[in-house]
Amino acid sequence: MTNQTHKRRTLVAWLEDKPGVLSRVTGLFSRRNFNIESLAVGHSEQAGVSRMTFVVRGTDRELNQVATQLDKLINVVGIEDVTEEPTVIREMALIKVNAPGNVRGEILQLVDIFRAHVVDVSMDAVIVQIVGPEDRVDSLIRLLDNFGILEMVRTGRVAMVRGSESHAAETVNESVLAVANGNGHLN
Amino acid sequence: MDSTPIVAITGQVSTSLLGRDGFQEADIRAISMPVTKHNYLITDIKDLPDALKEAFYIARTGRPGPVLVDICKDVQQDSMMWEYPQAVHLPGYHPSVLTPDADTVTRAATLLNEAQRPVIISGQGVSIAHAEAELRQLAEKANIPVATSLLGVGTFPATHPLSISWGGMHGEAYCNYALQECDVLFAIGARLDDRLTGAFSTFAPKAKIIHVDLDPAEMGKNLTIDTPVVGDALMTLRALLPQVEPNEHPAWLAQINEWRDDTVDRDILSQETDELVAPFVIQQLWHATNQGDCIVVTDVGQHQMWEAQYFRHTKPRSLLTSGGLGTMGYALPSAIGAQMGRQDEETWVIAGDGGFQMTMSELSTIVQERLPIKIAIINNGYLGMVRQWQDVFYNKRYVGTPLFNPDFVKLAEAYGIPGRAVTQKTDVYEAIREAQATEGPFLLDFQVEEFTNVYPMVAPGKSNADMIRRNRAADMEDNH
Repeated sequence: MTNQTHKRRTLVAWLEDKPGVLSRVTGLFSRRNFNIESLAVGHSEQAGVSRMTFVVRGTDRELNQVATQLDKLINVVGIEDVTEEPTVIREMALIKVNAPGNVRGEILQLVDIFRAHVVDVSMDAVIVQIVGPEDRVDSLIRLLDNFGILEMVRTGRVAMVRGSESHAAETVNESVLAVANGNGHLN
Repeated sequence: MDSTPIVAITGQVSTSLLGRDGFQEADIRAISMPVTKHNYLITDIKDLPDALKEAFYIARTGRPGPVLVDICKDVQQDSMMWEYPQAVHLPGYHPSVLTPDADTVTRAATLLNEAQRPVIISGQGVSIAHAEAELRQLAEKANIPVATSLLGVGTFPATHPLSISWGGMHGEAYCNYALQECDVLFAIGARLDDRLTGAFSTFAPKAKIIHVDLDPAEMGKNLTIDTPVVGDALMTLRALLPQVEPNEHPAWLAQINEWRDDTVDRDILSQETDELVAPFVIQQLWHATNQGDCIVVTDVGQHQMWEAQYFRHTKPRSLLTSGGLGTMGYALPSAIGAQMGRQDEETWVIAGDGGFQMTMSELSTIVQERLPIKIAIINNGYLGMVRQWQDVFYNKRYVGTPLFNPDFVKLAEAYGIPGRAVTQKTDVYEAIREAQATEGPFLLDFQVEEFTNVYPMVAPGKSNADMIRRNRAADMEDNH
């Protein structure tokens, strides 16, 4: 039986860097009613291939649909569920927080504890940059909220599987080979 | 959804005007994204050869589908040394998952061999893979009754003793009983959509389901599948056949025949009434075409269901109809394509009076291209299927469904197409014969009884076990 409980999965997809590809992906997400929590996309190590990390919540059936429907898009080169893999997962946030003189020291202490950085200082505010796993980013934001957050931006999760194996190259090359051989491969 | 390989080439404003809301600019690439397999916007002629090569490749391979190529006006007027590429480079497209996994095929075979009450559902994937013969071998070897999906009509001969027609919202009652009672369901090349299954959780409740499809995204999309087999229908059947043992299933087939007799007794609509009704027209057409030796293109609505119920298709690809999207106005333009593709085949359009009017301007194309298409309008003066829902679920509030129709025979005449109106049962066969004997196109306007409904009927979101059956003679009387 299908497991009906909702799970949170981290998936990585490799996309051909072509016009309109991101709107294909996001259009698919909204059309198929997928519940996407975060999405981050940028260049990969390979020219012409972008790498997207996204977090999705749903039942087994929904998660399977996310992967298979996405894989059907012609410009999606490969997709991998890295949730169960040993993975480095990071997110970056910039947080502009109220920091008048009387609390500034306290804020700097928090920044220190969280191994974050102050990247901009003005009379009454600082911009804090934090890079880390999501829950660490969440904790710092909760604490800084006590001082008054003026502005904030988060990148969303990016993920990479640990170890020396190159997941990107493997996926991409196999697919190219499959087309060349007239013999497909399911990622 | 209907896996139709079409390449559409469309014109776009010049690249200099793109994004500026220029005259007649419509972002057709974005508009068509959800309804195409892939699409292109060409802003540089250098990209054109690859895009066209890829478009045809993508449309025809794997699970077929429509591809749109939008070409900017300045690109259309540009010139280059044309070289059509030999190969495509599509790193994200690997269509040929032909051979299914051997272990899964063995699991499927074991399930079929152990089944007491098996049923096959054959979909359009069987015809795309040209696997009709292998499907028949499988059915005959193990004596398994075969239902089809709507688009799968023709993949298994409807006159075959093992055929159990098709199931679902307006499928045959005995087929729905068989689907609800089966213990192993072997679905091949069919999407198993809601019109076939009824409420997903209630479908084939006693069955272990084997689902064979080329498209991995179909696996478990709607139903919980016990044995998903990702593979080409032909390759899968070839791998499966030697592992499936001969079988008889006498008790199961006897049970199905009992249900079938009940259906024949209860649901067949034609003999008991003197009024002109669509099923009678369709049966007569079947006889007049040498038992269905023709291509039928139907539109969408009541007549589409009746055609599929009463016209017993025995040839692959002899029924063209709009399934997944149910687009009214489909029949006439599609018949033009069918007749052009198969010039030697007798081609019949069966359309309702509503759907026909959505694309009837194509009559001029028929004349222009000298296509001998025969047109049968099932004219009840209503958008009949919607009227039926208003009838059954909305207390007979017939809003927006009564139609003001032109005189279809005069309309055809205006295009130079001969035609004839038919109002009596006794004239049906002879009128069809006249259409066949006339060279070129012919239009028949069958003015049928207005309030006849399609049965059985499963209410949306309900189980196929809860069919609304025909209320015999009362069906017609309580509406008058």
